[in-house]
Amino acid sequence: MPAPIIKVDAISKSFGTFKVLDGLSMQVMPGEKLALIGPSGSGKTTILRILMTLEKIDGGHIQVDGEQLYHMERNGQLLPADERHLARMRQKIGMVFQLFNLFPHKCVMDNVTLAPMLTKGVARAAAEKRAMELLDMVGLADKAKAMPAQLSGGQKQRVAIARALALSPKIMLFDEVTSALDPELVEEVLNVMRKLAAETDMTMLLVTHEMGFAHDFADRVLFFDRGRIVEEGKPDEIFRHPKQERTQSFLKKIIAAGHRV
Amino acid sequence: MTQWSGYLGLILQGALVTIELTLMGSVLALIMAFLAGMGRVSRFFILRAIATAYIEFFRGTSIFVQLFWAYFVLPFAGLSLTPLQAGVLALGLNVGAYAAEVVRGAILSVGREQYEACTALNLGRWQGMRHVILPQALLVMLPTFGNNAIELLKATSVVSLISLADLTFQAQVVRSQTGSTLMPFLSVLIIYFALALIISWGVRTLERRMARGLDGVRV
Repeated sequence: MPAPIIKVDAISKSFGTFKVLDGLSMQVMPGEKLALIGPSGSGKTTILRILMTLEKIDGGHIQVDGEQLYHMERNGQLLPADERHLARMRQKIGMVFQLFNLFPHKCVMDNVTLAPMLTKGVARAAAEKRAMELLDMVGLADKAKAMPAQLSGGQKQRVAIARALALSPKIMLFDEVTSALDPELVEEVLNVMRKLAAETDMTMLLVTHEMGFAHDFADRVLFFDRGRIVEEGKPDEIFRHPKQERTQSFLKKIIAAGHRV
Repeated sequence: MTQWSGYLGLILQGALVTIELTLMGSVLALIMAFLAGMGRVSRFFILRAIATAYIEFFRGTSIFVQLFWAYFVLPFAGLSLTPLQAGVLALGLNVGAYAAEVVRGAILSVGREQYEACTALNLGRWQGMRHVILPQALLVMLPTFGNNAIELLKATSVVSLISLADLTFQAQVVRSQTGSTLMPFLSVLIIYFALALIISWGVRTLERRMARGLDGVRV
């Protein structure tokens, strides 16, 4: 059995007096597709942001791809990671945000090529060739010269996915990537993600309120509540036969709100 | 009337000095503004402290006094400047202190999500600043930079006090030589105003060009 690619060990994180993660532990296997669900404030987005090094942790350890994320081993001691260590670890991870976070002053092509050219020293011609392949994969090859402001939300999000993929991360984090989209634009983004899951062996972590998509997409579903994983299992177990009372009541509310499962 | 054309020549010579001061002062102000403005948002305490001290000092003391120091006091420290150098130094440092706060504010006005995108794409702090944050911040700075440049243009008249023959200085020369008050002061009024209009127009054109493609949509 291969080693987990992500090992989260007793992570705690507070915003002020609000304890958003409370000794959270979890493991993710290489290539696994994981859906993180739960009420807002349950910590599911925070753990993605912590994996992307956008939040600091208060306590605990995280291993990514066999190495400590927030610590460095020096002479057998664990020290807090410096910027160089974090930069090296970030190469393994990519993230797509709820609000796309495209660079509004750069065209689609430059959004995708900027990071590979700056962080990996890829030549412009090679970066643009790779960008065109990725834009083609997300169905936006004809928009390479467009500015983000000229795109629909769904198109923006597909560019953001291509931009993250351009760095060839081993792990992709998707943070409510369809929550800000008009309903009719959700499917085009989900299709890209289905394609990605089918064609690559990337590890994917997905925070979502699209329960139907989570059911079809994920190998495993984690239900978060109050900074802990309350229940986890195969999609069918979680969505059809939830054992925990809190999972049941959450799913009931979601269905009542009109989301399909 | 022919005699007026000679005097007008004097005033136009003064205008050239004023333009020269404005351009050189603006370049120095711009450099100081970026150095101090980015120093203000640095993660290093010492840079923040130096930038803050510079800004507070040059905003908190009069430009007259700064000019007198540059021209009359620095020679005692072994640094003799020509009137033009002293003028550029005082104007650049003074306006640069105001513009530094503009740079700082504009950098902070770029949304947190842009910084987070930089982190997620593994850009270094300086790479993100240079390629993502500053280009967007520049657009926010431009209108206020226009104001600063016009302030600097108007402030150039203080150099007449250290006998630099700028527009205001020449107007006084013409007035004392001809005894006419209206003509020289009316001409410099018009020239200052025309120069200010040119700056406004230039900045607006630059702004339009830079905003192209953004469609007024600022994320």
